[in-house]
Amino acid sequence: MNAPQQPVAERMTYREACKQALRQALAADPRIFLMGEDIGRYGGCYAVTKGLLDEFGEERIRDTPLSESAFVGAGIGAAMAGMRPIVEIMTVNFSLLALDQILNNAVTIPYMSGGQFAVPLIIRMATGGGRRVAAQHSHSLEGWYAHIPGLRILTPATIEDARFMLIEALKDPNPTIIFEHVMLYNMEGDLDAAIASVDVSRAKVRRSGADVSLVAYGGSLFKTLGAAERLSQDGISAEVVDLRVLRPLDAKTILDSVTKTRRCVIVDEGWRSGSISAEIGMRIAEEAFFELDAPLRRVCGREVPMPYAAHLEDACLPQVDAIVAAARELVRPS
Amino acid sequence: MTHKVHLDHAHLRHLLNAMIRIRRFEAKCVELYQAQKILGFLHLYDGEEAVSVGVMEALTPQDAVIATYREHGQALARGVDPGCLMAEMFGKLNGCCRGRGGSMHFFHRQTRFYGGNAIVGGGLPLALGVALADKMVGKKAVTACFFGDGAADEGEFHETLNLAKLWRLPILFVCENNLYAMGTAVERAEADTDFVHKAASYKIEGERVDGMDVVAVESAARNAIDKIRATSDPFFLECRTYRFRAHSMFDAQLYRSKEEVEEWRKKGPIIRYQTWLEENHLIRAEEVLQMEKAIDAEVAAAVAFADAGALEPVSELERFVTMQEVPA
Repeated sequence: MNAPQQPVAERMTYREACKQALRQALAADPRIFLMGEDIGRYGGCYAVTKGLLDEFGEERIRDTPLSESAFVGAGIGAAMAGMRPIVEIMTVNFSLLALDQILNNAVTIPYMSGGQFAVPLIIRMATGGGRRVAAQHSHSLEGWYAHIPGLRILTPATIEDARFMLIEALKDPNPTIIFEHVMLYNMEGDLDAAIASVDVSRAKVRRSGADVSLVAYGGSLFKTLGAAERLSQDGISAEVVDLRVLRPLDAKTILDSVTKTRRCVIVDEGWRSGSISAEIGMRIAEEAFFELDAPLRRVCGREVPMPYAAHLEDACLPQVDAIVAAARELVRPS
Repeated sequence: MTHKVHLDHAHLRHLLNAMIRIRRFEAKCVELYQAQKILGFLHLYDGEEAVSVGVMEALTPQDAVIATYREHGQALARGVDPGCLMAEMFGKLNGCCRGRGGSMHFFHRQTRFYGGNAIVGGGLPLALGVALADKMVGKKAVTACFFGDGAADEGEFHETLNLAKLWRLPILFVCENNLYAMGTAVERAEADTDFVHKAASYKIEGERVDGMDVVAVESAARNAIDKIRATSDPFFLECRTYRFRAHSMFDAQLYRSKEEVEEWRKKGPIIRYQTWLEENHLIRAEEVLQMEKAIDAEVAAAVAFADAGALEPVSELERFVTMQEVPA
């Protein structure tokens, strides 16, 4: 018999990974506290913060009234005054009620004050479609936020990123928004016990390939990996780039991949016009135009307010079939 | 219970000096605006000086201040050097914000001046956070949050008052009610024109004070701060005041009559206080002249400092978009 081995991986949900990250942060630094709607007694609308109230108390797990602008602004003020608040907004659509504070205060004050004040604030929010909750809870506005200089925009898609991105983001003296896709919370996966941190500045190649680059993030990553698997059965070798960070965008990893494969499909749950996919496409056009063997393609969210009916919502979101079709067309044009 | 302001000769002179200093600093700003040395918007505090001078007297250095885009008076009364304020308006590197903020966005870390804010109501939620941070680390500080009557139209006003009371945060809300939100009279914007009453609906104790009377403002602010320190509850001070000049620099003032402005000018905080001091033989006219001379010299020095300042190199344009570290 061999001696019992250390576990090499721990199985957990994305939700649990988010929670462990918060717990680690709260335990490590008394300046860190949580604010948000129903994060305490209710346990969080997606149950991410469940149990933290008992562990850390009401001072640090702060239930707020339904006042997004006030509690996000309070987070900004507290960050300016030396604390490290983590604010949860239930869903990206509600964050629009706090957009004034995020844009007009959080990102302008460090600049307007000539560097006298930093705003080391984390805002977490759920994003994306797929839960049949229609047009006021399902949009994917990460690309909008990625438009704003001064923010770091993180889109953890894997268990590992859900577990460790927050810890790295807390080291950043700048405001950071972490978008957690609603369809990922129940996803299970193995967390490699050997990993204790992740980088929050680089995109990552999740699957290596030679024929076409599939660039995705957040809720679209696993659909894109699924598409790559299907393509491989057709003999098409697709490389999958997980953006991970929408701002500042890691153009190098994208360009390196496209330079290798010479073809690119960008997958983005956001609306096509003026989207992060448009930005990525233009970066490729500016920097790697002559490396391309085929036009750029996008698979984006359809440009409608998200409908309730399941078949209509499914038709709005990037799906494996559409990604496969777009890639196939580039590699083997009919 | 009223807090007696200690009215010794030095303090009486100091209050007058502080108000005249703001008035003359801004009179110079007008000249410099016309000379196009100051650009953009310029919102003058002319007529409202008693409010910030009175309130700042009640604060200690460990307290925090949040102001609006009409914040020259607050910054000067808080003790920010007039030279770095003037240089900021000149867009110079030696300005308090290295020329990135301008007249509406003064910030000053050393005096805990958390900014002018040119979004009406935008500073109120920040006050929650600053006060919460101080409370959580056990600092016995009060956050004085200035805003105008127009801020009460914004949702952030109501959200903030509710949270301040709910979380028992040590905030002094100072409503500078100058009767107009830009050109919209209070009674044309507010279903309830009683701001203290609005605060009371969030169970916040408040008081209305004559914002043209510097001693009354100081006394009310001292009372309020004492209560806040004793209870850790917020307090709401409505200061009725009046803006003598245009909203910004260009404003035909169609929304109010010349007679109305003239009536208020007669009740101005400086003329009224100075007359009272002179009539009671607490100050002589020549003392005031000396005071004005010294202030003019200080303002001239501020202008010289601003003039002598360098420009931020354009190569530094993107500096502070993201910070490299949290300032200590």
